[in-house]
Amino acid sequence: MQKRHFIDIAIKWLFFGAAATSVMVLLGIFGMLLFNGVKAFAHISLAEFFFSSNWNPSAYGKPSYGILAMLTSTFLVTLGAMLLAVPLGVGAATYLAQVATEKTRLILKPVIELLAAIPSVVVGFIGIVMVGPFIAKVFGLSNGLTALNGAILLAVMSLPTIITVAEDAIRSVPNSFKEASYSLGANQWTTLIKVVLPAAYSGIIAAIILGMGRAIGETMTVLMATGNALAMPRGFFDPVRTMTATIAIELGEVPYGTTHYYSLFAVGALLFLISLVVNLLAENLAGRYRYKL
Amino acid sequence: MSKYTHFILISGAIFAFSCNSNHHHVENLMIKGSDTEVNLALTLAETYMMKDPNISIAVTGGGSGAGIAALINGKTSIANASRPMKAEEIDLAHIQGVNPVATVLGMDAIAIAVHPQCPIQNLSLQQLGAIYRGDIQNWKDLGGADAAISLYGRQSNSGTFVYFRDSIVRAEYSTQVKQMNGTAQIVEAIKHDVQGIGYVGVGYILDKNGTQSKGVKVLAISRSAQSTAYLPTELKNIDSGLYPIVRPLFQYTNGKPTGRLQLYLKYCLSPEGQALVKQNGYFPVSEIYWQQNEQALNRKHAKATLH
Repeated sequence: MQKRHFIDIAIKWLFFGAAATSVMVLLGIFGMLLFNGVKAFAHISLAEFFFSSNWNPSAYGKPSYGILAMLTSTFLVTLGAMLLAVPLGVGAATYLAQVATEKTRLILKPVIELLAAIPSVVVGFIGIVMVGPFIAKVFGLSNGLTALNGAILLAVMSLPTIITVAEDAIRSVPNSFKEASYSLGANQWTTLIKVVLPAAYSGIIAAIILGMGRAIGETMTVLMATGNALAMPRGFFDPVRTMTATIAIELGEVPYGTTHYYSLFAVGALLFLISLVVNLLAENLAGRYRYKL
Repeated sequence: MSKYTHFILISGAIFAFSCNSNHHHVENLMIKGSDTEVNLALTLAETYMMKDPNISIAVTGGGSGAGIAALINGKTSIANASRPMKAEEIDLAHIQGVNPVATVLGMDAIAIAVHPQCPIQNLSLQQLGAIYRGDIQNWKDLGGADAAISLYGRQSNSGTFVYFRDSIVRAEYSTQVKQMNGTAQIVEAIKHDVQGIGYVGVGYILDKNGTQSKGVKVLAISRSAQSTAYLPTELKNIDSGLYPIVRPLFQYTNGKPTGRLQLYLKYCLSPEGQALVKQNGYFPVSEIYWQQNEQALNRKHAKATLH
């Protein structure tokens, strides 16, 4: 009896330790980013950092540290990715959850999840040799290294997240909702649009936000496929350099302890904050979508 | 037997073989840095490892800046750099107790590449600078079609990026320059971009036989608007110094190299090593750098003995 009691307590603390470790790691990373990032502002004014679009730390003349252009780039690429991925993803999720037969679903679902297993460098490569030239041809551009190229690739990369989470949300709508709709004489289409999807609304939003988080944080693909020009983008046909690409490009060569080094941490901290807010939002919405029977 | 089993057997054999060779005393050398030099360094290292089985050389790229940072942080034996170290990098190295010594491995001509359909044949250095500063933005100002110039360049961790800016552009790059992830990507992009222009090491344009790769056109460059323009694809233009965009490729070590490291660097500068340099599309070390190399390698009559 005594021994069993002891094991119970030990196991409890063991699992608590496992959970606490990941929280500590998260706090540690954020603390480290913030601690180093803040030091950048000893030499850079907050106004320059947030409101200048000129980022050129290893300049020929005076270095400049404005993140507005890369912030815009990140949002532009993410927005484009979501415009493409949301209709596709929610459509696919609805099909899987409501229309497809069980047999089809069992084949399709693993295939879609496999999409998440493609390494980002491979997606980037496809962007360079296939999607980019295709965009250039279709839109009559001289080259396809644009925000649009990044948006298309990121849309593909965020699809598995969106489809998986949205499908779960749609499937968790209680059958009684549908049965009520059918019994009132509604057909399958009306039931889907007027009953099931609205009922799964917050879960679908959570899916979209999680997919967005995936797109914001992606690095290698955008680094390879979007041209990385420093200028402020004027639209989807301009090359962009995102926050993630900037960190990836510059962190490898930056001497430790310089303003440039700390400024990259500041960019990282901001990126982390954006991801954190996006994920908390998704978490909050996802928790709300289960209906009481 | 399936293909898969074959794969396992072969990997097993390789693993067993590599374990076996580790029983000898093998000295490991790390070479890191310039992406321009990485293929050349790999060829040199592979050939040298066949001559001396007791040495293992690992070559990685990452850009000149990354190589120099690794040397300063004590993470590599040789830093390849396609630009000289900056004053602040040397200061930082001294603070870390590292004393960088340079040997010149070979010469690299930087070619200006455009799409084969581009009607322009030659540019002056001034025009080239103006293009990359963003002062000339349309091909028609250079005698071409009325179309925007699509600029391609490297990222700031690249020695070519720094060299080209400091000696040709001499100001900030235009913010419209697309910063590509390596030279091969610039070549690939220009093959598809009629309006494109990019700077690339000649090694990426020429193959082992010295023939020019298809799909890109190399422009002849002149020192000024009045003088004759020369192509970098002909060896005599480099040897004679007529082609204006040529730079030394450095190998930095911590202090004067000794032991196996010294032997390896001497091999790189031997006639055999220099032949490999040439085969990879670069050019043998110019006369003016031999003295520097001799000092670095600690030999009074280095040139005579090296040859």
